[in-house]
Amino acid sequence: MLYNIFIDPFVQMVQMPDLLVQTLWEGTVAGVLYALIALGFVLIFKASGVFNFAQGIMVVFAGLTLVGLHEAGVPALLALILTVGVMYVLAFGIERLVLRPLVNQPDIILFMATFGITFLLIGLGEFIFGGNPKKMITDELFLPKGAINIEMLGGRVTIQKLDIAAAVIAGLMVAALAVFFQSTRIGRALRAVADSHKAALSVGISLNQIWVIVWFTAGLVALVTGIMWGARSDVSFGLQIIALKALPVLILGGFTSVPGAIVGGLIIGIGEKIGEFYWGPLVGGGIESWLAFLIALVFLLFRPQGLFGDKIIERI
Amino acid sequence: MLYREAGLYKKTYEADMAVFPIRQDLIGVILIVAAAFVLPAFMSNFMIGTVLIPFLVFSLAAIGLNLLTGYTGLLSLGTGAFMGVGAYACYKLTTAFPGVNLIVWIIVSGFFSAAIGVLFGLPSLRIKGFYLAVATLAAQFFLEWCFVRIPWLYNYSVSGAIDVPNRTLFGIPIAGASATPLTRYYVILVILIAMTWIASNIVHGRIGRMWMAIRDMDIAAELMGIRPLQTKLLAFAVSSFYCGVAGAVMMFLWYGGGEAKDAFSINLSFNILFMVIIGGLGSIVGAFFGAALLHLVPIFLKFGLPAFGFPLAGATAEHLTHLLTGLLIIFFLIVEPHGLARLWATAKQKLRMWPFPY
Repeated sequence: MLYNIFIDPFVQMVQMPDLLVQTLWEGTVAGVLYALIALGFVLIFKASGVFNFAQGIMVVFAGLTLVGLHEAGVPALLALILTVGVMYVLAFGIERLVLRPLVNQPDIILFMATFGITFLLIGLGEFIFGGNPKKMITDELFLPKGAINIEMLGGRVTIQKLDIAAAVIAGLMVAALAVFFQSTRIGRALRAVADSHKAALSVGISLNQIWVIVWFTAGLVALVTGIMWGARSDVSFGLQIIALKALPVLILGGFTSVPGAIVGGLIIGIGEKIGEFYWGPLVGGGIESWLAFLIALVFLLFRPQGLFGDKIIERI
Repeated sequence: MLYREAGLYKKTYEADMAVFPIRQDLIGVILIVAAAFVLPAFMSNFMIGTVLIPFLVFSLAAIGLNLLTGYTGLLSLGTGAFMGVGAYACYKLTTAFPGVNLIVWIIVSGFFSAAIGVLFGLPSLRIKGFYLAVATLAAQFFLEWCFVRIPWLYNYSVSGAIDVPNRTLFGIPIAGASATPLTRYYVILVILIAMTWIASNIVHGRIGRMWMAIRDMDIAAELMGIRPLQTKLLAFAVSSFYCGVAGAVMMFLWYGGGEAKDAFSINLSFNILFMVIIGGLGSIVGAFFGAALLHLVPIFLKFGLPAFGFPLAGATAEHLTHLLTGLLIIFFLIVEPHGLARLWATAKQKLRMWPFPY
């Protein structure tokens, strides 16, 4: 038993390095997607202190809107632009109709409100586009297809081109966000709001405007996530539950740290796949569903603020 | 007019601090309880089975979670799993010892759930807020996995489902295929009333005040001599006990087995949490309001709208239900962020002063 837990998996790793590389790659891709969802959470939490439960459904909604518009006969690129517009309208509507009346309420109330938004978006999405899973339009968006096989380490590693594209696009987006945060006027305002709402208000930053921008940015992140995840599987409402996987990522990385979301996403993604592949069979498989949470739970006990999170968190 | 304190003289401190400060409150509660016993006897099985029984079960679970989230201020997303622990514990116990009455095992299974709850409540000593919520999600997903992957829990049945055996109380079948909805309803009602009464006493007593002190400011509470460790774990234990009983009741007296696998999913946890929040954090009557709103609104939209002449196809009705439920949640939050219980309290206050505004 002890041999099976502590030695055998490592022996397997060394004996079949190609499988290890394959698992690592799968983990990385899953991690990138988790990181993208976590990024949406972090953006909103930083700027408005709202724990946005609706991020998962925003991913689905963005993907559905894109596919739905395309099915209605709109050219793919135009549909993409229109979807961006829809995400802006959504951000504006949420700020105006939900956040503004609830300003200065306890966090848990705002959390509850995002649950209301979730229900609303599920209903709206189903109402407009139907409840069935849809196929993401990969070709029309010039996303690559097929796989690359690499002969290495005495075996063969298969890498989907789409996954490479996902990783690259995610990297580009994070870089763009970093530039946006660091060197634009709005980015500076966003960081100011993240530091202190009151101080930001007192130097003339409009909180309402910032919230719209932040929710819009999170919507864009959701759109990219929706395209990527939708291309790997289908665009369906089941994705919403998968979005919960982003929560342990947040714990690892901290609720307020963008680099934390990315590093945490990768750790969770890789750890989950490795754990499932090498240790999962010992207990009957399927441990993917909770392994990440367990990692996060253990991690919490030793470092409650996360890898890069703010030191000031509520405890005891 | 009717509801006012004129003519009520409180001569002792106890009378002033009573749960029902005004006599009409007490009369109202007695009337509601009496109605809960009498009216269902004239209702259809469908009404009892789809509306009343789930409402009672959800209320019980919501009271349990309210003790933890509302009174102690610890956010938990593991409610569904804790309910599941109760259901599976009850199932194992009643199949292992069929001679003992089911009611006994329903209550005992609450203790199993409490033990698991304390175990997963340990992180609450270091973290709180949303971090704790995510930590309790670990309990949710881990336990949910256990319910599927450990065949011992469902006695190695091929379908992986709990098969509710026939059980009787005083010779009347209360669980299994031969039990009528009405008897099951009465059993749940009695359990719910007893446990509500106990919960009300707990939160109005020393333990409840300890919990609220921890919630309001833990450092101050600690300085006053309240031990955070014991108090928080006690909250987890009592809350999980309630959830465990609710889960056992849900499986044995409502579902009757069947789709056990999906019953205790994360959605159930969220539903219960939102019943607590929208009903009113830190209010027992709020748990009932929340359960009523979140459970009855979808049912009303599904079955009520066609009756009012809005014929809807099955799928569309479901979509519309989601849409309207979301809208209602946001609407109620904006109207009164502190929940329906606060709305109720405001209304009562207005009545007390009527016809004067202040």
